[in-house]
Amino acid sequence: MIILDVEKVLQAADGEMNLRIDLTIPKGQLITIYGTSGAGKTSVLRLLSGLMKPDRGEIRANGECWFSSEKKINIPPQKRKIGYVFQDYALFPNMTVRQNLEFALRKGQEQQHISDLIDIIELGDLQSRKPDTLSGGQKQRVALARALVQQPDLLLLDEPLSALDIKIRLKLQDHILKVHREFNLTTVLISHDIGEIVKLSDQVYILEKGEVIRQGPADEVFVNKRISGKFKFTGEVLKIEHQQVVCIVTVLIQSDVVKVIVMETEIEDLRVGDKVLVASKAFNPMLYKVETGRGTQ
Amino acid sequence: MIDWDPLILTFELAVVTTVILLFIAVPIAYWLVASRSRIKPVAETLVSMPLVLPPTVLGFYFLMAFSPGNAFGAWIDEWLGIKLVFSFTGLVVASVIYSLPFMVHPIQAGLSSIPSSLTDAAYVMGKSKLTALLKVQLPNIKASLLTGIVLSFAHTVGEFGVVLMIGGNIPGRTRVASIAVYDEVEALNYGAANFYSLILFAITFCILLAVYLVNGKYLKRFWK
Repeated sequence: MIILDVEKVLQAADGEMNLRIDLTIPKGQLITIYGTSGAGKTSVLRLLSGLMKPDRGEIRANGECWFSSEKKINIPPQKRKIGYVFQDYALFPNMTVRQNLEFALRKGQEQQHISDLIDIIELGDLQSRKPDTLSGGQKQRVALARALVQQPDLLLLDEPLSALDIKIRLKLQDHILKVHREFNLTTVLISHDIGEIVKLSDQVYILEKGEVIRQGPADEVFVNKRISGKFKFTGEVLKIEHQQVVCIVTVLIQSDVVKVIVMETEIEDLRVGDKVLVASKAFNPMLYKVETGRGTQ
Repeated sequence: MIDWDPLILTFELAVVTTVILLFIAVPIAYWLVASRSRIKPVAETLVSMPLVLPPTVLGFYFLMAFSPGNAFGAWIDEWLGIKLVFSFTGLVVASVIYSLPFMVHPIQAGLSSIPSSLTDAAYVMGKSKLTALLKVQLPNIKASLLTGIVLSFAHTVGEFGVVLMIGGNIPGRTRVASIAVYDEVEALNYGAANFYSLILFAITFCILLAVYLVNGKYLKRFWK
């Protein structure tokens, strides 16, 4: 359980901004922080990791006090058990992939754990390459693996997927979910992508100008009313065509384009570029085999 | 008969000065990059002063300060047994200060060009600031370190005013090549002056060329 209840005055682009955050993250949950740029998302991660010192408040992790302005406690980032994936990945250019992971080892920690991570995150072929020679998705995987070397209790992911194309993104989302469950992590993710948030997170917090304006399960927060659809996807509106009686809305769901027929009255406030949730209730989904799987995983 | 002593002395001085500077400049540059102290602008100015001040001014003040007739000079002489005026040690101390900006500036520029997330990542992994400096920051600014080393070396080889003021012109002890050139010209001994000058010219040219080749990655292009 992570409890973060702090205040910090930040120097933002348009003057001072007061960041006031009060979060409680139960152990094993994956929460997402969503918000426009400059809302203070990265600062939340920096406060949690100890790279930034709060002005006031308290941070507690699993019963341990990490920061308390009252008791004058401030545990340095070195001593908080945290894995942090930075927005620019922060891989050390002077080290190979394997050396990057080995650098993260604590004194006396076994090498075996690194080999396990390399297997789980499928880095085998990249081990002896330098970060400069890797693609964005590969760098991302190395950064994720490196953040897990110390077996942290808390994993912080700062927009880890925003620079990647949709296909690699989907694969990495699976990697994140896999390690989150496998290592029983408590994870804080920063993301812009509503589809990603709905897929990954237990709770989402919407941050605006340094304050949480809404929080809850992802589909509730983003759609406002609960939909108990049989299956649902989020996507972006590409086109709205007005026919005689109905409208045809073209929606981009991940990498597929889907057309949805709706009544004009239902979509009065819908514009091109809006994010929407496409859900289906009455129909039974059908399955078609696309490819034979390669054994069990 | 050519006297090699001034040349040997010059390169001894340059090597010793460069090695000492490397150890002094890294902490100074690190502090200048990391610090938000109010005295930082003053410190930066002091480090850069040798760039603009006439070397004779520096040399004059060193001479005054280090002179055994002075409180500071007497104290050093008495407690450390070091005589800084007209001695090789004095030359080294003066050269270190004179070439300080040539070592500090490249390292400072290098350190501030590394994304701060790299050091943050090391801290989150439980590494101390020293480990982060030695294993992450310095290995990633090799080009800056090389530039600093070579510039301070070359600058020390080329100094004249400071050396003349603090060291004088004692053969075998403080008479470096640049002073020997001046000395030979004054004695109308153009052959010897030309000899020292040519060697200095050739060596400094080679050193600087090497830096540009390495830092500009020209060599890699040729080898590939």
